[in-house]
Amino acid sequence: MSGHDHHHHDHDHSELSETELRVRALETVLTEKGYVDPKALDLLIETYEKKVGPRNGARVVAKAWADPAYRARLLKDGTPAIAEVGYAGRQGEHIVALENTRQRHNMVVCTLCSCYPWPVLGLPPVWYKSAPYRSRAVSDPRGVLADFGVSLPKDTEIRVWDSTAEIRYLVLPMRPTGTEGWSEEKLADLVTRDSMIGTGLAKNPGEVK
Amino acid sequence: MTDGAQDMGGVKGFGKVEPERDEPVFHAEWEKRAFALTLAMGKPGGWNIDMSRSARENRPNAEYLRMTYYEIWLAGLEKLMAERHLVENDEIETGHSLHKSKAVAVLSSDDVEKTLHRGGPTEREPKAPAQFNVGDRVRMKTTNPPTHTRLPRYTRGKEGTIERVLGCHVFPDSNALGQGEDPRWLYTVKFSARELFGAEGDPSSHVSIDAWEPYMEKA
Repeated sequence: MSGHDHHHHDHDHSELSETELRVRALETVLTEKGYVDPKALDLLIETYEKKVGPRNGARVVAKAWADPAYRARLLKDGTPAIAEVGYAGRQGEHIVALENTRQRHNMVVCTLCSCYPWPVLGLPPVWYKSAPYRSRAVSDPRGVLADFGVSLPKDTEIRVWDSTAEIRYLVLPMRPTGTEGWSEEKLADLVTRDSMIGTGLAKNPGEVK
Repeated sequence: MTDGAQDMGGVKGFGKVEPERDEPVFHAEWEKRAFALTLAMGKPGGWNIDMSRSARENRPNAEYLRMTYYEIWLAGLEKLMAERHLVENDEIETGHSLHKSKAVAVLSSDDVEKTLHRGGPTEREPKAPAQFNVGDRVRMKTTNPPTHTRLPRYTRGKEGTIERVLGCHVFPDSNALGQGEDPRWLYTVKFSARELFGAEGDPSSHVSIDAWEPYMEKA
């Protein structure tokens, strides 16, 4: 090996943190031991990077906005109604949908860890798992909403749901005005991830193309 | 573990929430691998979700607060594997298998989709009727158990109202210790912010938790 190559080799390694090296080592060991199938690992990553995400939840919300009978089924028993649209399973075994109204705004947190409805929202964002959100969502919900640039009328009740068991919560945001007659597909473009956690509102028609 | 750094509700001093614009699902390649390894090892490892949570949380508070989310996942996974002698430390240090493998079931790529779709429902057939009904006033017990629990500290000793009866569900306090599922009735209990946080509580807000029957008594 030439001096130049040697240097390059060292350089490569210095860029990898202790954690990166440890994960790499662990994956090699577990594969050699036959405990994991590398193809299964790739598929797990691909599933949550590409397939399962907030677009799923947006379809559920849009359908509930467009179809009153579906909305009633969703609010009565979330899990089977969401399964109708094709979403079910891990970290969404028992889903309850919560309807936002002018009188009541729902917001979801997990103060103990990071419980989140994976089949409809995908994996949680960093802020949802962070200490500031987990600590303040229950004691200062209006302050947390302000961090998101959301301000609600003083007489709107704020209802915080701490997901301490295996029930997962999906917020059904209020349908923006000026969207009468819109298709479900078009409505889904108005539904943001944060509006389904309760830290945001659905977009207004003017905010999408 | 209970009453540790993971029990954050109502704690002061963590600062503002900082949402990230256009946040990616993962922030580094190693996070993807740590996530996938954790999910895939559930089958050969044979542990349950409450054992996983307990393994992640059960560490010194300073360490828990210093670590990133997937660092905690990784440490939890290593702990669960070490307890079962699935992997030894010298193997992680050298990056190679040095000891005989255990005979375990493996998650194959063909099974990923149906395993995720099946998930792990926690509702079970009740063996006894529910002790509480919607509208009942209940008080969360004041406890300080040495082992895993899901009763957040900010609700202990506080009085609330049963809002929903959610069925009979696997009891984490038992399941995390490997002492069986011991299913118990689960309820949504609603508290006023004033009850939880006194005069500083937002007068227009309510907070609910999902709590198992052994966590509460009639108020």
